[in-house]
Order: sequence, then C-alpha cells, then structure tokens
Amino acid sequence: MNLNATLFAQLIVFFVLAWFTMKFVWPPIMKALDERAGKIADGLAAADRAKTDLVLAEKKAAEELRKARESAAEFRSGAEKQAAQLLEEARNEAAHIVAAARDAAETEAGVAAQRAREALRDQVAQLAVAGAEKILRKEIDAKAHAELLAQLKSEL
Amino acid sequence: MSSGTEEHALTAGDYIVHHLTHLTSTGHKQASVIDWSVINIDTLFWSISMGALAVFLLARAARNATSGVPGRFQAAVEILVEMVESQSKSIVHGDRSFIAPVALTVFVWVLFMNAMDFLPVDFLPSIGAMLGLHYQRVVPTADLNGTLGMSIGVLLLCLYYNIKVKGVGGWVHELFTAPFGNHPLLYPVNFAMQLIEFTAKTVSHGMRLFGNMYAGELVFMLIALMGSTATVAGFFGHVVAGSIWAIFHILIVVLQAFIFMMLTLVYIGQAHEGH
Repeated sequence: MNLNATLFAQLIVFFVLAWFTMKFVWPPIMKALDERAGKIADGLAAADRAKTDLVLAEKKAAEELRKARESAAEFRSGAEKQAAQLLEEARNEAAHIVAAARDAAETEAGVAAQRAREALRDQVAQLAVAGAEKILRKEIDAKAHAELLAQLKSEL
Repeated sequence: MSSGTEEHALTAGDYIVHHLTHLTSTGHKQASVIDWSVINIDTLFWSISMGALAVFLLARAARNATSGVPGRFQAAVEILVEMVESQSKSIVHGDRSFIAPVALTVFVWVLFMNAMDFLPVDFLPSIGAMLGLHYQRVVPTADLNGTLGMSIGVLLLCLYYNIKVKGVGGWVHELFTAPFGNHPLLYPVNFAMQLIEFTAKTVSHGMRLFGNMYAGELVFMLIALMGSTATVAGFFGHVVAGSIWAIFHILIVVLQAFIFMMLTLVYIGQAHEGH
C-alpha cells in the first residue's frame, strides 16, 4: 500500500473514460430508450383507440342493421298495400268492362229484336194484304185501301 | 524484501510478498511509502485495459442501439443504464448530463477491474514471468493508487459542482457556516469540519474498495498456497476453499462496484444540496 504517481495517472484515466461515456455511450442509449418508450406509448394509445373504434363500429353496424331491417319491413308493407290496391283497381276495371260489354250486348240485342219485329210486321202486313187481295181481288182497289192497310199495320 | 526472483526456493511469506509487489517503473519494489516518481505499470495497464474494454462494450451497445426490439446484449446494457439513470435521478438533483455517465463508467469499470480477481492468482503473473516481467498484480482496485485516484476524481467533481451550483461565494459561505451555524466563533470549527468531511469522504471512498479487493486478493493467494503444497489435503483444500471464496467474491466484486458508484453519486449529490 504505497502511494505513487499511479494515482494521478488513474485520476486522468477516470476523467477520460467518464468523458468518453458521456460523449459516445450515454446519449445514443438514452435516445434509443426514450424513442422506444415513445413507440410503446404510441402503440398503447393506438390499441386503445382501436378498441374504442371497434366498439363504435359495432354500434354503428348494429344501428345500420336495425335501420335496414326497418326499411325492409316498410318496403314490404308498402309493396303489399300497393299490390292490394293494384288488385282492387284491376278488379274494378274488369267489372266495368264486363258491365259495359253486357250493356252493349243488350242494346244490340234490343235493336236486332226491334228490327226483326219490324221486318216481321212488314211481312205479316204484306201477307195480310196479299191474302186480302186474293180474297177481295176485284172489289178492293189496292191504292184506295193503302191507307187502311197502313193503319192496320201500325196496329199490329 | 529484496527483489525476489524465481530462482531461489520460495517460502510462503516470499510467495505472498512477491505477489503483492507491483511492477513499477523503476523495476524495484517501492522503497518509501510515498514516492511520486514511481508508477505502477501493472495497475495502470490493467486499469486502462479494463476501462477500454468497458467503454468499448458500452460504445458498441450504444452504436447499435435501436428503439426497436433490442437484442440480449443491448437489453443488458439498457438495464444497466436504466439502473444508473434511476439511481442518479433519485440522488442528484440538477444537471446530470455528465454525472450519470460518470456513474455508469465508474460502475462498469470498477466491476471489470474487480473481476480480474477471478483469474487464478498465478495465471497472468506466470505469463508475465515468461515475458520477463517478474512482478505483476492484476487487480487495479487492489492498489490504493487506483482506488484513491478514482475517489480523488470524485472529490474534484464534488468541488466543481459545489462551485457550479452554489457559486464561489455561496460555497465559501457554506464552508464556514455549515454544519454548526453562522457565527464568527464557529467559522474555524465549521471549516475544520468541512475539511475533515471532504478528506474522510475521499479517503474512505478509495480505501473501502481497496480494502475489500486487497483482502480478497490476499485470501485467494492464501488459498493458492494451500494448493502449492501439492498434498492431497492441500489440493482439496484449494479446490473447496477456492470455489467457495470465488463464489462469495462474485458478490463482493459486484457489491463493491455498486457501492463505489452509489457513493460517487451520493457525494456529487451532496455537492448539489445546500446545508
């Protein structure tokens, strides 16, 4: 345990090593550590944000689903209503058409019957006149009795 | 003890004394207790080698440091740095841009120098003997010059930070008014106390590490003496005692390095606190 100049050399070495560490060792390691701490903090924050986002998205999806279901139900009931209405309208139209056709047929039938009756009346009148002519050939002047015949015809 | 060479048969005492003799710049054992013209080449060589190795490893970790996933080596250095950083933060209140690196350097450096004790006591000295160096001590912290050199470095840092934090006037005021109070009659007592305090801090700082490592080295030598008897009992005694002491020494090596670092921080931290 002797003291000698080694002491001063060691003193200088001490400061040289300390200076070296301060200059080249400490800052890069602290920088890396701080950066990593920052990255981890960011990562944790991002994870939290993602979790919140997920919850929000799920809520939104459920809402959308509910809305879609509602609007689908609405569409369906609307469509049913419309279909019923269309059916009703078609039914009415058909009834109209049928009624109109029946009317037209009836009218036509009436007219035809009238015409037939008139033709029959003419023929009966002619037959009557012809019969009468045959019976009364001589005495009865067709021309003189035309008026009488016409009256007779209208009475048929 | 005259310069014992390997030629004549060694007694146990010769063996110990030989192993406790430094390789000095004069080539002889230092005659007086204090001789500033002598330098212990072995202490200096191993202390600079260990210091260079320590800062080289740290610098390698620092150069490759990424903020991404660290490798095992980087993680180990980071654990060390985090430990030193948290210790220095809790002890020193002020600018730590130099103090924390000092603490880290001191810890790793002292750890490496202490760890030289794990090498067999005759291993490096025998290699040295082959190269013509007849004396060599390989544990720089078992040399009072090495430990006092560092503790005086810490003392200088304490003085520097005292002046930096408190100003010259503030520090001088503190030197004469603390610890007993501001009274002209107390000035000499206070100043004497301050001188004693600084001296005691520095000497105990260096002596504590030196004492532990010197004693550890001595015990290793005594255990090696057992083996050197070349008897069965001596062989087993060496193996058993050597193993136990080496395992126990792992604790001492790390603990003393840690204590040296903590005291460095505490003393520099005290320089930041006003009394």
